[in-house]
Amino acid sequence: MEVDIEKLDSIINKYGGNKSYLLGMFQDIQKEYRYVPKEAIKYICTKLNVPVARGYELATFYKAISLVPRGKHTIHVCMGTACHLRGSPGVLEAFERELKVSKGGTTEDGLFTLETVNCLGACALAPLVRIDEKDFGKVNQTIVKNIIDDYKKSEK
Amino acid sequence: MTMTIERLEEIKRAFLLRQQVYQKTIRVCCGTGCISSGALKVLERLRDALKNEGLSERVRVVETGCHGFCERGPIVVFGENEIFYQIVGKRNLDADVKALIETVKSNTLAQNLLYTDPNDKTKKFVATSEIPFYYEQQKIVLKMNGYIDPESIEDYIAQGGYTALYKALKMIPEEIIDWVDKSGLRGRGGGGFRTGRKWRSCREAQGSPKYIVANGDEGDPGAFMDRSLMEGNPHSIIEGMIIGGYAIGSNEGFIYVRDEYPLAVKRLTKAIEDAKGLGLLGKGIFGTDFDFDIHIFRGGGAFVCGESTALMSSLEGRIGEPRAKYIHTVERGLWDKPTNLNNVETWACVPLIINNGWEWFASIGTKNSTGTKIFSLVGKVNNTGLVEVPMGITLRKIIYDIGGGIQKGKKFKAVQTGGPSGGCIPAEYLDTSVDFDTLTQLGSMMGSGGMIVMDERNCMVDVARYFLNFLVEESCGKCVPCREGVRRMYEIVDRICNGEGKEGDIEHLEELGRAIKLGSLCGLGQSAPNPVLSTIKYFREEYEEHIKQKKCRAGVCKPLIKISINEKCTGCMVCARNCPVGCISGEKQKLHVIDQSRCIKCQICYDVCRFDAVTIE
Repeated sequence: MEVDIEKLDSIINKYGGNKSYLLGMFQDIQKEYRYVPKEAIKYICTKLNVPVARGYELATFYKAISLVPRGKHTIHVCMGTACHLRGSPGVLEAFERELKVSKGGTTEDGLFTLETVNCLGACALAPLVRIDEKDFGKVNQTIVKNIIDDYKKSEK
Repeated sequence: MTMTIERLEEIKRAFLLRQQVYQKTIRVCCGTGCISSGALKVLERLRDALKNEGLSERVRVVETGCHGFCERGPIVVFGENEIFYQIVGKRNLDADVKALIETVKSNTLAQNLLYTDPNDKTKKFVATSEIPFYYEQQKIVLKMNGYIDPESIEDYIAQGGYTALYKALKMIPEEIIDWVDKSGLRGRGGGGFRTGRKWRSCREAQGSPKYIVANGDEGDPGAFMDRSLMEGNPHSIIEGMIIGGYAIGSNEGFIYVRDEYPLAVKRLTKAIEDAKGLGLLGKGIFGTDFDFDIHIFRGGGAFVCGESTALMSSLEGRIGEPRAKYIHTVERGLWDKPTNLNNVETWACVPLIINNGWEWFASIGTKNSTGTKIFSLVGKVNNTGLVEVPMGITLRKIIYDIGGGIQKGKKFKAVQTGGPSGGCIPAEYLDTSVDFDTLTQLGSMMGSGGMIVMDERNCMVDVARYFLNFLVEESCGKCVPCREGVRRMYEIVDRICNGEGKEGDIEHLEELGRAIKLGSLCGLGQSAPNPVLSTIKYFREEYEEHIKQKKCRAGVCKPLIKISINEKCTGCMVCARNCPVGCISGEKQKLHVIDQSRCIKCQICYDVCRFDAVTIE
């Protein structure tokens, strides 16, 4: 994978080259590429004089970072306690059935990545699903198909 | 430019003067809950409509933080007398916006948008304070949430913001610490350690520089108090931190915010910039020789980072693994320097204590748990949302008076507090006091303030499995008791849920739980068995039913249940149409049948049936 060195440098500079913000840099890279390419980790670690292994350690420890390309839309099914009690396991299964991927997977057309999250902090609207930056409250299994179809339609 | 008390007063005066041109103020809740319910659309349409009517010069529209009553969002509140409109624009956006504009023009009420008593449709409530959900609450920390514009520092100052900082800088640091100590304030993040004592230890610790940290890594599932505070009133946290910095002798602070809270990051970033712009952060604050600066740090989606030593490790740019606390973080924390970490809610209490005096704060709540606590009241209760109540209130008051009881008239089973470190409290303890010590005695804990209500349709063994699964995924893996022990516990409980439980499993779980409590490195591991131990303590018979009779009375554990259609079926075909595997057969107006061999027990049929014709047993 070819990474844009200029872009990486500007991300490093945003944090003043401070290695404490390595995680923040990775998050910014992820925003750009929808994942963190290995080349980017190597480049940044070398530049900041951090062992590359430390960079990998960080990238694999934190759930927010993905080392494999994600789909165009990331679906986060909230698995918080309130969501669990109000049926989020069923909602997750419905997404798995409709998208034909299991949790953590990306659809073949590269449109969706299905993930779970421990809590999105909108528990009053449980079960909650976040797609990219949009939240859907009080989701149930029967409307899952409609939600996906709406996204598919807007792609066409 | 240096900030002075005169300038602060001037900003306040100028802001209030500017508001005088407005005849009305409309506050639209833009907390996360209301935004998901469509508040931004309401806001946009309302602004457009006011413009079209030529009213935008006369009506001020404020985007506020969370009002708490998320269940009834989007929420719009009118004027100083707080007329409460709910579920605005959800059913009919055009009509609702029109109705609101009409009330502006004619000074009447939009009857259809008022809150009605769910049990008595003729009873309508006008003022926010009259609604039962708000009536029993005592909002001090959340007072400005839902009132001020969180992105306007002037609005915060106009409500008396940063005067506590001015007052504090006139005091000597020891005196501030003394006040915080005497106020009885205890850490709102979970442990409930005395804040004043922590500050004193950090002030007295050797080493420099010293650091201040605000823990906004609200990882407990089912809790969103910190989020609402960071989004709704960011300056109160910042002001508390500056006061803390002065008291402890620190010039640098960090706010650690969860990755999942982008709006909180945005609002805090703006608040810090604005405070810097006015000289409330930076060099020589209020003309003293005290400097203070705050940085924001985004977390990476790891629950363990809510633990103080793990959080500091994460701040240093490493993975969030905790360390043993033989040496406290107040002595050697961030970069091995004395560090004082408090939860964001704790920080937000500080300006209140300085402004109103420690006696005032200590007069609220109980003797050993003073002040108020914010809870996120969620799960199977009617009025879900964010509530702030004085410590010592009973669980019953929170769940029944504020929460309006259990949804759909079902029976209360338990309330879970303290997140994955807490436990489940059964009905017989509904009348006990909610404070740090009582909850711990019951085998649960205050935690950060998640309060999750469960009804008869929730299986307690499944709840225990849920938390274990959570902890297995979130264990950082550093120490063996937590990494391996919790996994073993999960395997046993999972087996029980699958109908493969054996005699002796419960005893085995208890033994493992005790060992993990004793042997784990950090607070998360030490408290990890709580959800299991507390459910065994209070709901042992449910475990035994699962093991001996292979029965799940709540109808949750899939391998133990059977779904069938009873004679109440009218043959409406709705379930058959919605069944994802097409295993329901039957003709119109005839009894339907589920093919048990193909049923995946997703329970969609149960959810969609309007005739109570689906049985789960």
